[in-house]
Amino acid sequence: MKKKTIGVVISQKMIAPAIYDLWIRTDLAWDAKPGQFVGVFPKDKSTLLPRPISICEVNGDRTALRLVYRIAGQGTAEFSKWNAGEEVALLGVLGNGFPLEKAQGKKVFLMGGGIGIPPMLELAKALGPGAAKGLDAGTDESAASKEGAAKVCSIMGYRDAQTFLRPDLEQYGEVVIATEDGSVGTKGNVMDAIRENALTADVIFACGPMPMLRAIKAYAAEQGIPAYISLEEHMACGVGACLGCVVKTKEVDHHSHVNNARICTDGPVFEAGEVEI
Amino acid sequence: MREILNNQNGNGNGGSQSGSIAAGSQEWKPDLRTTIAGVEFQNPVMTASGTFGSGMEYGEFVDLNRLGAVVTKGVANVPWPGNPTPRVAEVYGGMLNAIGLQNPGIDVFMERDIPFLKQYDKTKIIVNVCGKSVQDYVDVVERLGEEPAVALLEINVSCPNVKEGAIAFGQKADALYNITAELKKHAKQPIMMKLSPNVTDITEMARAAEAAGADALSLINTITGMKIDIHRRKFAIANKTGGMSGPAIKPIAVRMVWQVAQAVKLPILGMGGIATAEDAIEFLLAGASAISVGAMNFVNPYATIEILEGIEAYMRLYHMEKLSDLIGAVK
Repeated sequence: MKKKTIGVVISQKMIAPAIYDLWIRTDLAWDAKPGQFVGVFPKDKSTLLPRPISICEVNGDRTALRLVYRIAGQGTAEFSKWNAGEEVALLGVLGNGFPLEKAQGKKVFLMGGGIGIPPMLELAKALGPGAAKGLDAGTDESAASKEGAAKVCSIMGYRDAQTFLRPDLEQYGEVVIATEDGSVGTKGNVMDAIRENALTADVIFACGPMPMLRAIKAYAAEQGIPAYISLEEHMACGVGACLGCVVKTKEVDHHSHVNNARICTDGPVFEAGEVEI
Repeated sequence: MREILNNQNGNGNGGSQSGSIAAGSQEWKPDLRTTIAGVEFQNPVMTASGTFGSGMEYGEFVDLNRLGAVVTKGVANVPWPGNPTPRVAEVYGGMLNAIGLQNPGIDVFMERDIPFLKQYDKTKIIVNVCGKSVQDYVDVVERLGEEPAVALLEINVSCPNVKEGAIAFGQKADALYNITAELKKHAKQPIMMKLSPNVTDITEMARAAEAAGADALSLINTITGMKIDIHRRKFAIANKTGGMSGPAIKPIAVRMVWQVAQAVKLPILGMGGIATAEDAIEFLLAGASAISVGAMNFVNPYATIEILEGIEAYMRLYHMEKLSDLIGAVK
C-alpha cells in the first residue's frame, strides 16, 4: 500500500560530480522492489512536488533505502545538503518494478546509462548469485527463485572515468563498462560495448537516457529478445491521478483507452515493444 | 487557533485516523453539512477536477466516504488522448499543467468509474463534463442524466489547455450564456459552471451563467502561465502555456470567489491553491458553500481529510454549530 511517510537520513556522500549517494531509514524499504521508485519531497515550500527517485538498493534487513541521484534542479540541490539524522518526507513505494520472473534461468543484460545506473544495482542483487537472500525477505516473485538464478551481465555507460556504483555491481556478476571519452572500457556507449565484446543475452533490463533506450529497443527487436526498459517523465502526483507522465503505447491503455500509459503507475518499466519512444 | 488546527493536522501523515483533539471538545460535533443547488453534502470538502481522477488512486490514501463529494476528471463524449509531454512543470509555490483533458470517454466512465464511486454511498458524485462543441457537451450531459447517482454536473468551460471548445465557451459572456442555456434544456441534474480566472471581469461571466439558468458556479480553474527552461532554451511544457495551480494562486482565487459571491446569488464551489484548513476557511468566509482541494493532493495525499478535520476543529474553537454560520460571513 502506498503512503506518505517520514524517513530519517542515515548517511549521504557525493560519489561523482553532482551525483549523491543517500541512505534513508524508512519502512517503505520493506516492500520495495527493483525498478520501483519513491517520491522525495523538498522541504522548501516553494518547491512542492515530490521528486521521483529510483531505488538503488535496499539494506539487508529491509529497513532502509539507498537513493543515488544527480542534481537536476532546485529540489535535488536541496536533497544534496541533507545530513544524517534529518527527517524527510517520502511517498512510496511507486511504480511496477522490473519483472524478475522474465529473467529466471536466463542470460540477462542489465543495461544502465548515466543516472539510469542506480536502479540496476538492486536488480543485479535480486537476479545475480546469492539472490536467494532477497527472496526470503518478501520479494517472492523474485527471481532467481528455486529454478536457478539468472546469469547477469551488467553493461554500464558512463561519461568518463567516474564509474560510480561499479564496485557495488561487480559483487553480483560480470560488469562491462563503456565510457564516452574512452577512459574506461569500450569507448562509446553501451551498444558499442555489446558489439566490441560480442555479448549476447536472452532478455534485457535497462534504464537510461532516451537515445540509449531507443537503441536498445531496436537491438532487442533485431535479436528477437524481450527488453524491459524503465522510462522517466516529469511527474506531479506519482500515483496515477494527474495523467502528467504518459508515454504513447502500441495498444490501447487500460486506464484512458487512448494509447497513453501512465509511467508512474503502469510503468516505469515497460516491454520495449509496447511503447512508442 | 493555529495551534489547535495544527494539532489536528498532525504530521501530515495521519489522514486515515481521526485527529487527536483535546478530550473535552469532543462533546459536540459541529454540523458540517452544506447544500449546493438543492444537493446536500455531508461536509464541504471536495476534490478539484483533474487532480483526483475518479478517486481510485487516492482511495489508497484516504477514506473516500469521508469526503463531501468527489469531483471527477473531465469526461467527454469520446476518448481524448490529451497533449504531448512534458505536461507538467513546477513553478514557485505551485505548478503548471497542460494535460489536455485526457479521458476515456463517457462509455468507459459510465461502466467503470461510476460503479466505483457508487460504493462510497456517503460521498456525492460530481462529474466534470468537457467537450469541443455544444453538441459534445449535450451528449455527455444526456448520458449522465441516465445515472441518478450523479448528484451534480460541473461544466468545464474553462480548461486553458485544449484548442477547441472548453475555454472558448468560458471567456465570452454571450458564449457562456448560450452553452449554459442549452445544457439546462438537456440536464437532469443541476449544472454548475466552472469559471475561468483568465478573463477581465469574472463577475460578468458569473452573471451570464446565472442569467442563463445555471444552478451553481465553481471557481477558479487554473490561471494560464508559462515557464521557460533557460538551460535547454525551450518551453518547460510541450503545450507552451499551461494552467497554474497551487498555493501561490490562492489570494487570486479568494478574491474572485468573494467578488462572485457579491455579484450573484448562486452557490459557489470555491478552489484555487487550498493547502490547509485555514485556506479552506478563507474560501468559506469569502462566500463559497464548499471547497475543492486540487494540486495539494499531489503534495499531501491526505490533504482532504486533514482539511476536513481542521474545519471541524475551527468550528469547535469558535463554538460554531453549523457550517452555514461561516459561509459568506465576511462581506
